[in-house]
Amino acid sequence: MTGTDLSGEVHARLSGVTRIFPGAAGHQAVHALGPVDLELRRGEFFAVVGPSGCGKSTLLEILAGLQPPTAGTVTFEGKPVTIEVPEGIGVVFQEDASFPWLTVWDNAAFGLRRAGAAESDVSQRVNDALAFMGLKDFAGAYPSQLSGGMRQRVCIARTLVLQPRLILLDEPFGALDAQTRLLMGDEVLRLWRRTGATVLLITHALDEAAMLSDRIGAMSARPGCFMDIVETRWPRERDSTIVSEPNFGEITGRLWENLRGESIKSLGHSGMVQA
Amino acid sequence: MTCVGTIRLAVVVGAIGLLELCCRLEFIDYRSVIPPSEMATSLIRILSSHEIYPDIARTLGVVVIAVAISIVLGFALGLLIHAMPRVRQALDPLLATYYAVPIFIFYPVMVAIFGLSIIPIVLIGVATAAVAMIIATLNGLDRVPRVLTKVARVHRMGPLATALRLKLPAAAPHLFTGVKLAVSYGFIAVIASEFILAPAGLGRDIADAYNDFNNRKMYALILLLLIFATVVNMALHAWDQRWAERRGVRSS
Amino acid sequence: MTATKRAADSLIILIIVLAIWQALHQMVGDTALPSPGVTLLYLARFLPSERFFENAAATLTSFIYALFIAYGLGLAIGVWLGAHRLSGAVGEPLLVALYSIPKITLYPVILLIFGLGISGKVAFGALHGILPVALLTMSAIRNIPPVYLKVARTLHLSKRQAIFTVLFPATLPEVVAGLRIGLTVTLLGVLLAEMFASKRGLGFLIINAMQLAQSEEILTVAIVLFVFAALANSLLLWVEHRLHHRA
Repeated sequence: MTGTDLSGEVHARLSGVTRIFPGAAGHQAVHALGPVDLELRRGEFFAVVGPSGCGKSTLLEILAGLQPPTAGTVTFEGKPVTIEVPEGIGVVFQEDASFPWLTVWDNAAFGLRRAGAAESDVSQRVNDALAFMGLKDFAGAYPSQLSGGMRQRVCIARTLVLQPRLILLDEPFGALDAQTRLLMGDEVLRLWRRTGATVLLITHALDEAAMLSDRIGAMSARPGCFMDIVETRWPRERDSTIVSEPNFGEITGRLWENLRGESIKSLGHSGMVQA
Repeated sequence: MTCVGTIRLAVVVGAIGLLELCCRLEFIDYRSVIPPSEMATSLIRILSSHEIYPDIARTLGVVVIAVAISIVLGFALGLLIHAMPRVRQALDPLLATYYAVPIFIFYPVMVAIFGLSIIPIVLIGVATAAVAMIIATLNGLDRVPRVLTKVARVHRMGPLATALRLKLPAAAPHLFTGVKLAVSYGFIAVIASEFILAPAGLGRDIADAYNDFNNRKMYALILLLLIFATVVNMALHAWDQRWAERRGVRSS
Repeated sequence: MTATKRAADSLIILIIVLAIWQALHQMVGDTALPSPGVTLLYLARFLPSERFFENAAATLTSFIYALFIAYGLGLAIGVWLGAHRLSGAVGEPLLVALYSIPKITLYPVILLIFGLGISGKVAFGALHGILPVALLTMSAIRNIPPVYLKVARTLHLSKRQAIFTVLFPATLPEVVAGLRIGLTVTLLGVLLAEMFASKRGLGFLIINAMQLAQSEEILTVAIVLFVFAALANSLLLWVEHRLHHRA
C-alpha cells in the first residue's frame, strides 16, 4: 500500500497570506499570522501544529472565508475565496457548536434543510451520516443529554451531510480525554477515506498530527509561519495503531525539534495566563 | 474618560437638558412637570430650611431597620434551610414564586393588625426583602465548591470553623447580591407604605405635596429620593466591583 | 424525591401556614385578622359577585395593556442594545441604574402626566416591566456563542435564515426569563397604581376595604391575586424550564 499521491492537483492554495489585527483604541496592532504559503493537494490529510496563539485558527478561518487576509490570496478549486464561505468547504470548530434546541437528527439535517433540499434527500443523507458517526441510536436525543465527544460527532455529522470536498477541523478534540481523542482520530480517518475529501486538521497534539496526516506543517510562534513541512508517507488505510511504527517516533521527534524553541518563545510572550 | 463614557455622559446631560428646554418652552405643561433646574433649587431651599430633616431621618431609619433585620434574618434562615435538604425541597416552589406575588398587598392587613405605626412598615419591608436574602444565601452556599469542604477536612477544621472561615467567604459574592436586593426591595416597600398610609416620613410628605398641588416641594423630594437611591446603588456597585476584581472575576 | 413525597411536603407547608394564620387570628381578634375559615366563606360568596368581576376585569385590562407595551418596548430596546455594540456599551449601565431606581418614587409624576384613569395605571405598570425585559433580552443576544454565527456562515445561511433559525432560538430561554420577570413587576406596578389613586380595580378594592376595616375582603382579594400571580409565573417558569432542558 502506497502513501497518498501527493503530486495531484492543487485543491486549495494560500499565497503570502498575512493577517494583522488592527489595534483597538490605545492598543498596538497584532501581527497574528504569516506570511504563509500553503498548497493543499486534493484528497490529502494535512495537519497544522504549533504553539498556542501562533495563528493556527486564524489560518483556518482565512482559508474558509470567515476572515479576510490583510495581504495575500486564497483560492479554492481555482476560484478566489473572499468574504463568503465557498460552497464545498465544511468546518468543524473547537467549541461545541451543536444547537441545543434541536435534536441530534435535526442538528444534522439543519444545513441541508436551509439549503432547500427535498425532504427525502435530507432523510437519506442524514440517516447515512448519523449511522456513519455512530449516532443512529441517539437521533432523538438533545445535545445537552450527550457527552462532549458525542456533541462533536453531531457537529461533524452536520458538516458531513453537506458532502464537503474540503473539511477544516479546528482542534475538534481539544476538550476530550486522551483515549477518546485516539478513537476520534480513527473516526476522522474513516471519514476521510469514505468521503475522499481533503482534510486540514488543526491540533496542538504532535502525536495526533503525526498519526493522522499525510503532511504536517509546523508553525512558528506568533506571527505564525511554516517552519517545516514533514511528510509521513503513511498508507491510506491507516489507523491509530500506526503509533507502533518506528517512523512514528522519528516524525514526532522532528516536529518537536522544530517546535520546542517556538513553544518556549510563545510561553514567554503571553506568560502563563491566557490574556 | 473613555469614548463610551463620554457618550454616556452626553446622553444623560442631553436628556436632562432636553427636559429643561421642553419645560421652559412650555412644550410640557408646567402643572405636570417643572424644569429640572427648579427641582434642584427647590430641593436646596428645602434642605437648608432644616424642616425636612426629621422626616428624612424617619424614612431612612425605617429603611435601615427593615434592611438590617432582613439581612440578618434572611441569612440565618438561609443557613438553616440549607442544612435541612428536605425542608428546602418543600419550600422551593414557594421561594420560586414568592416574588411573583406583590407581597405588598398585605400591607393593609398589617396595618389592621398592628395599627398605624412603623411596625407594619418594617414588617412589610422585611417580608419583601428577607426572602431575597434567603434565596441569595441558599445560592451562595450551593456554590461553595465541594473541594473546599474536603480541604477543610484535610486541615481538620470543625463545622463552625468551616462555616465561618471557608463557606462564608466562598459564598460572599452571592450574599452581597442578596444584600443589594434587600436594600433595593426594602427601600421600595418602605416608600410605598408611606405613600399609602403612614403617619410621617418622606413618602408621606410627597403624597401630601401631591394632594396639595405643591409641585415644587413634591419634585424636590422625589429628586432627593432618586439621588439617595442612586448614590447607595453606586456605592454598592463600586464595592461589588472591587470585590470581583480581587477574586479575579472579570467585571462586566 | 418522588412527586408524591414532594406534594405531601408542600401540603405540610400549606397546613403550617394555615395553622400560623389561625394562631395569629386568635391573638389579634376578628376585625384585625379573620380566621381562615371565615375568609374562605367570604371568598366563596365574593368570587361570583358582580363587584368582583368588574374590578377584576379593570385590573386585567390595565395589566394586559401594560404588558403589551412593556414587552413591545422592552424587546425592541433589548434587541437594539444587544445587537448594536456601541449603543449597548453606552446604554447598559444606564438601564441598570434605571432598574435599581425605586420606580415607586416616580409614581406622582406618572399621575401628573397621565392622569388618574387607566392610562396612569398602564403607564406605571409598563414602566416597571420594560426594564427587566430589555436587560435580559440584551443579555441574551450578547451571550449568543460567537461560534453559532460562524456556523451559520459555514452552512451558507442567508441573513434572514441566520436570525430566525439560529439567533432567535439561541436567545429564547433568557428572553423568556425576562418576560417572566417583566410580567411579575408589571402586575405589581398596576396594582400599586390602583392602590394609590384609582376608583376601580383589585388594588382599589384592597385599599377601600382597609379604609372600611373589612379585613375579610382585604384577605380575599389578596388571595385571589396571590393565586393568579403564582399561576402565571409558574406557567412561564414551566416554559422556561422546557426551553432550558434543551439548552
